[in-house]
Amino acid sequence: MTGAYVLLEDGTRFDGRSCAADAAAVGEIVFTTSMSGYQEAMTDPSYTGQLITFTFPMIGNYGVCTEAMESDRVHARAAIMRSGIDSEDSPGAERGWLSWLTDCGIPAIDGVDTRALVRHLRDQGAMRGGVFPERMPLDQAAELIAAEPHMHGCDLAADVTPTQTVVLEPTVSGPSVLEPTHPGLRIAMIDTGVKLSIVRNLRARGAVVELHPCSCSLENLLANQPDAVFLANGPGDPGALDYIVETVRGLIGKLPVYGICLGHQLLCRAVGLETYKLPFGHHGANHPVKDLPTGRVEITSQNHGFAVLGPDGSPTIDRDEPVRWETDFGAAELTHINLYDRTVEGLALKDVPGATVQYHPEAGPGPHDALHLFDRFVGEIRDAA
Amino acid sequence: MPRRDDIHKILLIGSGPIVIGQAAEFDYSGTQACRVLQEEGYEVVLVNSNPATIMTDPGLASATYVEPLLPGPVTQVIERERPDALLGTLGGQTALNLAKALHENGTLKRYGVELIGADYEAIDRAEDRERFRDTMTAAGLRVPDSMVAHSVQDAQAAVARLGLPFIVRPAFTLGGTGGGVVRCRDELGTVVGRGLAASPINQVLLEESVLGWGEFELEVMRDHADNVVIVCSIENLDPMGVHTGDSVCVAPQQTLSDKQYQLLRDQAITAIRAVGVETGGSNVQFAVNRATEEVVVIEMNPRVSRSSALASKATGFPIAKIAARLAVGYTLQEIPNDITRATPASFEPAIDYCVVKWPRFAFEKFPGAEAGLTTHMKSVGEVMAIGRTFQQAFAKALRSRELDQAPEIPDADAELLDAVKQPGAERFDCLLEALGRSMPIEDLQRATDIDPWFLRELSDLVRRAGGLQSPFAGRRTFKSVDTCAAEFAAQTPYYYSSWERPAPVGPAHEVQRGDRPSVVILGSGPNRIGQGIEFDYCCVHAVQTVRESGRDAVMINCNPETVSTDYDVSDRLYFEPLTLDDVLAVCEVEQPEGVVVQFGGQTPLKLAAGLEAAGVRILGTGIEAIDLAEDRSRFGALLERLGYQAPPYATADSAEGAIACAQQVGFPLLVRPSYVLGGRAMEIVYSVDGLRDYLDRVGPRDGSVIYLDRFLEDSIEVDVDALCDGDQVWVAGIMQHVEEAGIHSGDSACVLPPHTLGEEMMAQIREETEGIARALGVVGLINVQFAIHAGGLYVIEANPRASRTVPFVSKSIGLPLAKLACRITLGERIGDLGLPEHTSNGHVCVKEAVMPFNRFAGADALLGPEMRSTGEVMGIAPDFPTAFAKAQAAAGAQLPASGTAFITVADRDKPAATGLATVLHDLGFRIIATGGTAQAIRKMGIPAEAINKIGEGSPHVVDWIERGDVDLVINTPVGTGARADGYEIRTAAIAHGIPCITTMAGGIAAARAISAARRGGPEAAELGAPVVSLQEIHESGHEIGAVGSPVV
Repeated sequence: MTGAYVLLEDGTRFDGRSCAADAAAVGEIVFTTSMSGYQEAMTDPSYTGQLITFTFPMIGNYGVCTEAMESDRVHARAAIMRSGIDSEDSPGAERGWLSWLTDCGIPAIDGVDTRALVRHLRDQGAMRGGVFPERMPLDQAAELIAAEPHMHGCDLAADVTPTQTVVLEPTVSGPSVLEPTHPGLRIAMIDTGVKLSIVRNLRARGAVVELHPCSCSLENLLANQPDAVFLANGPGDPGALDYIVETVRGLIGKLPVYGICLGHQLLCRAVGLETYKLPFGHHGANHPVKDLPTGRVEITSQNHGFAVLGPDGSPTIDRDEPVRWETDFGAAELTHINLYDRTVEGLALKDVPGATVQYHPEAGPGPHDALHLFDRFVGEIRDAA
Repeated sequence: MPRRDDIHKILLIGSGPIVIGQAAEFDYSGTQACRVLQEEGYEVVLVNSNPATIMTDPGLASATYVEPLLPGPVTQVIERERPDALLGTLGGQTALNLAKALHENGTLKRYGVELIGADYEAIDRAEDRERFRDTMTAAGLRVPDSMVAHSVQDAQAAVARLGLPFIVRPAFTLGGTGGGVVRCRDELGTVVGRGLAASPINQVLLEESVLGWGEFELEVMRDHADNVVIVCSIENLDPMGVHTGDSVCVAPQQTLSDKQYQLLRDQAITAIRAVGVETGGSNVQFAVNRATEEVVVIEMNPRVSRSSALASKATGFPIAKIAARLAVGYTLQEIPNDITRATPASFEPAIDYCVVKWPRFAFEKFPGAEAGLTTHMKSVGEVMAIGRTFQQAFAKALRSRELDQAPEIPDADAELLDAVKQPGAERFDCLLEALGRSMPIEDLQRATDIDPWFLRELSDLVRRAGGLQSPFAGRRTFKSVDTCAAEFAAQTPYYYSSWERPAPVGPAHEVQRGDRPSVVILGSGPNRIGQGIEFDYCCVHAVQTVRESGRDAVMINCNPETVSTDYDVSDRLYFEPLTLDDVLAVCEVEQPEGVVVQFGGQTPLKLAAGLEAAGVRILGTGIEAIDLAEDRSRFGALLERLGYQAPPYATADSAEGAIACAQQVGFPLLVRPSYVLGGRAMEIVYSVDGLRDYLDRVGPRDGSVIYLDRFLEDSIEVDVDALCDGDQVWVAGIMQHVEEAGIHSGDSACVLPPHTLGEEMMAQIREETEGIARALGVVGLINVQFAIHAGGLYVIEANPRASRTVPFVSKSIGLPLAKLACRITLGERIGDLGLPEHTSNGHVCVKEAVMPFNRFAGADALLGPEMRSTGEVMGIAPDFPTAFAKAQAAAGAQLPASGTAFITVADRDKPAATGLATVLHDLGFRIIATGGTAQAIRKMGIPAEAINKIGEGSPHVVDWIERGDVDLVINTPVGTGARADGYEIRTAAIAHGIPCITTMAGGIAAARAISAARRGGPEAAELGAPVVSLQEIHESGHEIGAVGSPVV
């Protein structure tokens, strides 16, 4: 194995070993605290433009398999690990993790003191940086980093959206035990980089799912008379996606609109709320989120770098109360709050049909505590249809 | 919802003596609970029979009862204290069973006591095998197919349905007592029979075998608002078939994919909801077939457990503490995570390191016992190691074990493969050797069913350059256990060492040292026979004292069961192996004022010389005094100079030398190798032939010597604990052993104050203790053992450190000895401590040892010079017989009030036995005896029925015992023949839970105790002797030198 290093835009360098594709990768360096689900993370389109530092020290233990793909390819630009493992021993493994990354042309580095790196990112905020082969001179690496655009203001959805509409039929089997009770339900998705788990959960509940390019027009979106519109997760800055926000503004009030993650941020922007960049984002599978209407605390899967400001313009909300925003489309009420940092995790539009969550009820990877949200969303759509 | 204010007084039940399957982890959980409930403003009433616990320190409850954990005494406590609620989920299986019994017999209802934590229904649903199975099935979870059996016949019928092998699990036992695997029809009668006998309700579950499947545990917490979190997952390296307590384990799980793990998580949540544990922690065990992806639920403990202690230490999430808060009404969200302080407890810890747990075994102490590992737990302790990678953690755990002798590794490959195949204490040592010899991983996987991921990691570990040292390349850097993988800044200082490439930013270590001087206290490592919880108790007291002195207390230890490794106890906790190298690394970061080595037993003492050589200051008794006490010839010379008598002795480094010396010293001899702890391999030999036999078996080995001491037969042993500041000496407690000399002091019952020693002898004991302490130059604690033989006092040995009896003495006299000793090590003088002249308080305290014979089928249940007890209990009463009876009851051998006594004794004991028979006869016992003994008794005019010895044909004595026709066995050994009658008798008595007394002195004490208990009538006998709290006994005492609760 040859040497490699991680260089950050502030000049900090961490050494390690190259353990997959022998190439350089630059982008925003983030960290995830999820202890399993490395393949799901790497193939999650929301990680486009980012390099993932895994805080869990041993990555690759159970190999990779088709089933764990969250999209058709790897989207993260590199994996940064304490210890990368290429075992294919697990009965479910179709390929070793490092071999697979190599096949995909994705660089990876291990032997890095990832905890020291994470502490630095936690204190200084996520920043640009890269993984470089040892042979690449430091100044050249620094130039590559400097040439990389900042995440702030970056439209990355355009990179991951499909080029044309894809229509997917409902499935009977799926992660839910619910039988499809309302076949024929049709959901139009603005696909800013949707995870397959979201699609799977909707199809398993009897919905036809149309995946539309994110630049599609309102007319195209409504052409097949969907019962609702879903705004998908995805990468980048919601503030750079005004063309989608405009489309969404045209939808609100016409039919129910739901959003997850980036979709949540887009819907919020569409009703006139503001988003901001978190210092190092939420990436993990252990964040407690309180569902305010039920009072239940759910352990959630998280992956986002931006968030929605509270009603008073503050990034956090002090009390576990359903505070309200006045929006361009009437009132919006806080439904979910993050108990770690008290940021907005979800809201419901009170005067028009629509609701959003910042976290990932579909899991993939992560706990299933919030899967029931799909039942709620689909139920509401069904009732409205 | 905030705390409940409709309850004010809470009764907490501890777990009693340390036994296999129920150890110090329940002192850890109980102590946390006491502290939390007091912080919340509740009055805590505590019952626990084990004096060697922090939870029974008087400051941790408003009333502390060191009483037997039986319905009678606890009912008395309830009647006196009138608690509003009973929290029974923090004291292991013992507390749970007791809570259940008090519900079933109507006591709780009668006194209006509410069961909090888990209610009766939830306990019963989880504990009753059939109900559990139905509950899981109804919730859509799969359990192994199974049948309940109440007899061996039932079990025979089960073979058709379940196939072979199948698993036997007795109902309502802890640590799998009495469980096993039936592999063929021949084994059926024995294994099922044992299981039925072990179950208090004579019920076993016969279960479809999932042997070889992967074994996983999830630690679950639920609040009354139905929020559930998984604190930690634990994966056993040993597949199903080995009790989880005996398995090498890793946390978090390593081999399941996210999808598979989330499935277990969903099922664990379903299980806790279905069982209905309203608040608190539970442990759900799963078996997973990796090939077919089948998952079955094995069991669920509706309480904190050994695994939850491990999970707490592995993650920094204090399960017991949070369970106590949940039980009084809080929700998870309302409880702060005290590591980050900024986030709530309603989350799941993210781990960025790896934890490996290793069991510690003691098979060498039980010759003849089956040494294989099964579903019946046999380990006596454990170590935990934290590393950044699995290999770091595994290699650290290896060196944390502190094995007395190197594992035996077969030379031939075929034998090695056999050793790997059979789960046993040395399985992983053999596995590493096999991997080192490049045996194919596929073969080893077939032989062991261990997941290939682990085999590959271990193979990598041993085959890389540097072998077991290979994970320790790079720079040692101390990192924090912070529950959140560094996502948030951590406040609580809980550290482990990791080896990394030097990082370009941030401090070299995450240690937040501050400016205050620090003192390092070395813990005692894994619990083992001879070095148990007593030493952890002393270490915790030392930590508390250092903090009270205004210094930072720094703890180093690797035992996850203990209070000392609760990060709340010290200012900084380093979870590290207790090797010189690892300790010096901590000292380099800490730059402590000094290191305290006298509280953790032999483990830290062994490091003292190396530490001093490296320039680290040893506080208290110095290495010169340690050497003087340990070196036989130097100590002998010292006694001679002082004019104190000691039994003649010699040391020999060869077999011939030993035989030559033996003649001079004179038989009988007490012989032992020099390197031992807890009387390991210590025996009494009566002749040259006996000595030769011993030397053939034991040594001397290379570099070691054999000690030969004249054994003083028919003597009384005395243990003394004293404090010394180098000049002045204060004798804290003089304990007289109940059994005569020849029984290891750790296994002997003892009484404080002595019940038969005169004032003159007491004065001489005091005087010689003072002389020895002063001559050695002890600064801190010293323990001296004496024998009184033919009216003369003999010094047996002196240990210049905290002894096993320190907690017992402290609880007896109401003064915290270890704290006082620690103040001396920090520079105070005895004169500064305000110690009373007399410690007598009108009560007699008896300590009784608790033996693990029921765990080691095949081993002789006989007391001897080799220590074999795992724990102790204490009985307190105004008189000796009552205190002795309480201690017996607490130790699980409740003496019968009436019935049949079987007596068979060696010839030398016959005169004493006739006296004993007379007393028992007068108490109304029917006396049965074997031929010779019966004849001797009848000569005194006492009717004694003669029954057959085993060799004389059925019905013989063992048949009588098995029929349940014997209530008390008095059997003193004749010779050491392993398969003699005595062995069979004792084994049968242990198996049937009949008190079995193997010394005449013990028999006489028992008779007096029965007589005392009978005075109150049958109802009183059921309730036991009156109960009394430590606070009442020591009304004024605990002001001195003691501080109730630790500095937080």
